[in-house]
Amino acid sequence: MNRADKSSDASSAQAVVNRRAFLGRGAQGLGAVALTSLLQPLRVSSAPVPAPGGIRPPPFPPKARRVIWLSMAGGPSHLETFDPKPKLTAMHGQPMPESMTQGQQLAQLQGKKLICFAPQHPFAKFGKNQAEICALFKNIGSVLDEICLVRSMTTDAINHDPAHMFMNTGSQIAGRPSMGAWVTYGLGSEAAELPGFVVLTSLGRGGQNQPIAARQWSSGFLPSRHQGVQLRGKGDPVLYLGNPSGVTREIQGGDIAAINRLNHRHDLQVEDPEIATRIAQYEMAFRMQASVPELMDLSGEGRRTLELYGCQPGDGSFAGNCLVARRLAERGVRFIQLYHKDWDHHSDVKEGIEFKAREIDRACMALIVDLKQRGMIEDTLIIWAGEFSRTPMSQGSNGRDHHNRAMSVWLAGGGIRGGIVHGASDELGYAAVENITTVHDLHATMLHQLGVDHDLFTFKFQGLDAKLSGVEGASVIKAILT
Amino acid sequence: MPLRLTPALTLLIAFASMAVGGAGPPMPITHLRHWSYEPPVKAMVPAGQNGVDTLVRRRLTELGMKTSPEADRRTLIRRLSFDLLGLPPTPRAVASFEHDPAPDAYEQLVERLLQDPHYGERMAISWLDVVRFADTIGYHSDNGHNIWPYRDWIIRAFNENKRFDRFTLEQVAGDLLPDASQQTRVASAFNRLILSTAETGAQKLDYAARMLTDRVRAVGAAWLGQTTGCAQCHNHKFDPFTTRDFYSLGAFFADLEEPIVALPEDGMRVTTPEQEERLAALDALLAEAKRKPDPTEPHTLEKARKERQLYYESLPKVLVSISMKEKRSVRILPRGNWMDQSGEVVKPALPHFLPRPTIEGRELNRVDLAEWLVSRDNPLTARTVMNRLWKQFFGAGLSRVLDDLGAQGEPPANPALLDWLACEFMESGWDMKHMVRCLVTSRTYRQVSVPTMALLTADPDNRTFARQSRHRLEAELVRDNALAICGLLVRRIGGPSVKPYQPEHYWQNLNDPSKGMTELGFPEREYRTDTGESQYRRGLYVWWQRTALHPAMLAFDAPSREECTAERNRSNIPQQALVMLNDPTFVEAARMFAARILGECRGTARERVTWAWQQALQRDPDAGELRTMHELLAERLAFYRANGAAAELLLMTGFAPTPAALSPAELAAWTHVARVLLNLHETITRS
Repeated sequence: MNRADKSSDASSAQAVVNRRAFLGRGAQGLGAVALTSLLQPLRVSSAPVPAPGGIRPPPFPPKARRVIWLSMAGGPSHLETFDPKPKLTAMHGQPMPESMTQGQQLAQLQGKKLICFAPQHPFAKFGKNQAEICALFKNIGSVLDEICLVRSMTTDAINHDPAHMFMNTGSQIAGRPSMGAWVTYGLGSEAAELPGFVVLTSLGRGGQNQPIAARQWSSGFLPSRHQGVQLRGKGDPVLYLGNPSGVTREIQGGDIAAINRLNHRHDLQVEDPEIATRIAQYEMAFRMQASVPELMDLSGEGRRTLELYGCQPGDGSFAGNCLVARRLAERGVRFIQLYHKDWDHHSDVKEGIEFKAREIDRACMALIVDLKQRGMIEDTLIIWAGEFSRTPMSQGSNGRDHHNRAMSVWLAGGGIRGGIVHGASDELGYAAVENITTVHDLHATMLHQLGVDHDLFTFKFQGLDAKLSGVEGASVIKAILT
Repeated sequence: MPLRLTPALTLLIAFASMAVGGAGPPMPITHLRHWSYEPPVKAMVPAGQNGVDTLVRRRLTELGMKTSPEADRRTLIRRLSFDLLGLPPTPRAVASFEHDPAPDAYEQLVERLLQDPHYGERMAISWLDVVRFADTIGYHSDNGHNIWPYRDWIIRAFNENKRFDRFTLEQVAGDLLPDASQQTRVASAFNRLILSTAETGAQKLDYAARMLTDRVRAVGAAWLGQTTGCAQCHNHKFDPFTTRDFYSLGAFFADLEEPIVALPEDGMRVTTPEQEERLAALDALLAEAKRKPDPTEPHTLEKARKERQLYYESLPKVLVSISMKEKRSVRILPRGNWMDQSGEVVKPALPHFLPRPTIEGRELNRVDLAEWLVSRDNPLTARTVMNRLWKQFFGAGLSRVLDDLGAQGEPPANPALLDWLACEFMESGWDMKHMVRCLVTSRTYRQVSVPTMALLTADPDNRTFARQSRHRLEAELVRDNALAICGLLVRRIGGPSVKPYQPEHYWQNLNDPSKGMTELGFPEREYRTDTGESQYRRGLYVWWQRTALHPAMLAFDAPSREECTAERNRSNIPQQALVMLNDPTFVEAARMFAARILGECRGTARERVTWAWQQALQRDPDAGELRTMHELLAERLAFYRANGAAAELLLMTGFAPTPAALSPAELAAWTHVARVLLNLHETITRS
């Protein structure tokens, strides 16, 4: 697709026809639903929405059909989660070896005295391979055989906002498309009544909830319809979803039918292809007005399921969002991103991690178990990652600063080898030293599992063939694939 | 017939180039021959003819095509009103234009609109996009900053038809001019529109580099039509723009006094002499109270302090450019890496591959940069600005890639025409209104936008401009249009940004309810909805929170203005339907429109529907439209007569009171008629 097409975004009927003919696709989807069907009961449709990115058929057989990305916002410490460092315990209170840190950029610790700070929680062995993770995360430990731990991730940024941008868009410059937008742009959506890219956020209770900009799920220079739609825990789950007071669903449907009828008449006179799209989008909006509340209503979930996740309907927790994520996955949503905030432990990392473990440990396990028992884990790729990690050095008396040279992330499902550990950081957890991986590699690997060659998946923007996986080069992490 | 690139063919070529290794080294490109770096050449146009028409027809003749007929007068005045004012015409204005027998009725209409103060507001929108004007700092905590007087300066500059060269000079270097004034300093706020941060732990070198690159990109976007961003890390792959050019251009801004990692200062007061006198008087009172505390009145000092503070806070302020004697040193950052300070230190310099003046014996400054941007020898600025202007009036640029006239952009559909416009612009003394007039009085502009089948086949994307185009209104205008039709629009120009209804909790991602935000260094953000007149101001005055822009604006593709945006998306997504149907702004607009219909048209239902159609679309409804509305009205009347409570609920949306005399059921039913009308594709389309 040419960059010049973006502003018109299907403004020319002929262009659309040409493009479809070329790609051998029929004119499906938009406008295909008759007005009369507006008030009929909702059904889950498997009619795919065409993918403008033209990645079809995929160059590789896809292993995953959808992604659930768990963004641990604030920067989780790898040293109190997934990367055991007994040597750091031994060196607690001693200066960091200068050879490690000299000449390197730090965040708030820049220019300060650098003292080793021991991991604040014990680690324990889990799974067939007896990998060690922090004992607070015993539920995740119980499904460790499904999980591939990567202990050698690195990122370019060490401040929250640019680091989120880098993790989400592959660039630290604002205005680039987020990965969810890229994926739905490339693969389209299988959800007929929901957006293809959905975002949920939850707050932690430790009190270090940093702000998150809406640009983290923006479509950037890709067509706007690929932007992430946030499902909110409070108020209307989707902005402006609720009818005005005094307007019933039937009346709303009647008004939309009238609008669409008049728009259709107008189209006969002016031949404007945007009108068919407008009609289809009013229909979609109306369907979403029913499908989203139905989606968010967890009252139909059994008691056992709620117990598995450890949530109550409508509690707005990360666990609740994980359950919603499973429901979104069932409904064909392509990219589901959950933000859980409050990982920014500049102080009191010990207590902070206890809060986090209570909030996410059970839920992460539940998501994997639940998807597995429904036969969906094979084609659902789950990725758990912060925007960066934290220093082995102390900040203040009991915290850790931002850090980008060694972080732990994990992947599960979607053709990922479970029960393995990939890469390693040095003995103090300062820098990745073995099988070093980058955010670009992570994006390339995700795209690969979705059947997309990250190097060929481009969009012309400002003179560049822009890619999610960046211009510097990226490699699929083959060693972690089944 | 020459080979034209149809979309399918373009795609084919793209695929083919992918197959042969699109990621490989770029083809060598002979930069010097690239069209936009050559001086524009003005084609000969016979005296008395509009160059636009001559050159569009010349191209059409070459292709064996013909222009389309002129649109009817109702379409023309609607098109002109949206394009020049961003507002719909009144039915009265349409009728009077339709019946105007004067041979120059059209030209007279154009003149009236060019003199209308809303013209400046309309023209400001795309400029504010391209310089990324917003009310907040953009990164992390995204605090507010004092900037709105700059927006008003832009509006006024367009209304006063400030020469574009002067318009440029005052923005880039308004603080350095020999005749610098309060107003030229307000203009220099341009240099402060960048994103900034106050995040603890953010590194000064990092953000100094970000700010520099942000500014270079802005100059590239707003004036040069060049994507300079690539050169931050490496010489531009396709254009001759080098890393040295990039950092040397950035060095022009190294004199700006500003905090690198901290909240910006309050800025310059934009006050009248009377306001300054009052402030001085309050300062004197405060000093007096400090110097000589009155033991009988223990609160005098506190009172004086508070009074002074309240008054000070109420004064308009704006961040401006202040030049430091001691400039920051600027280095070329190898691969854009700010941690690598080994690169060469560079001085301000103009891009090496473009014509530039020889200035010796002193360091170049921002005045030099501004003068170069608008010098007669600069081949890019006039073309870039005219290409954007063309898009405002014809739907797409002559070169469709508005932000890149470089090798990776698109050659203009009609190079002679873009050159003619660029030359005419410069020769006219950078006269913006002259160029707008030139475009909108052309026959090309006045064509119908409905394509014939033959035209659709021959030129599906309308690259020859053998017809007008049609497109959805911009985000701000979708709002303005509804407010204008329902009668709520407050037409005051300028002032602090406003906060219309916004869904509750929309700013929740900016906040941490579990802890006082101040502890983390940013304020608790609570959206305080404006009441009174501020609720009904035009869209361009809406508070622009970069990290969480008002969702109704966002839904209709208003950019967050974190980056310079020459080209807005023009999407068509379900969120737009949800906004138009359910946003209280639009529900209230429907209610107030219904009140107008009932209050101002005392006739039959048919007459009222016709009257409403005139207000929204400036035409009569046809039989089918009338029938649909009659059916809708009857159903809604029946419902609300049986459900009085539902009617009351519907009528409660929004602050504006409705006349008590109206029957709730009737008003509620007509609210639906109004709602359907406001939601029509035609209502939000400029055709």
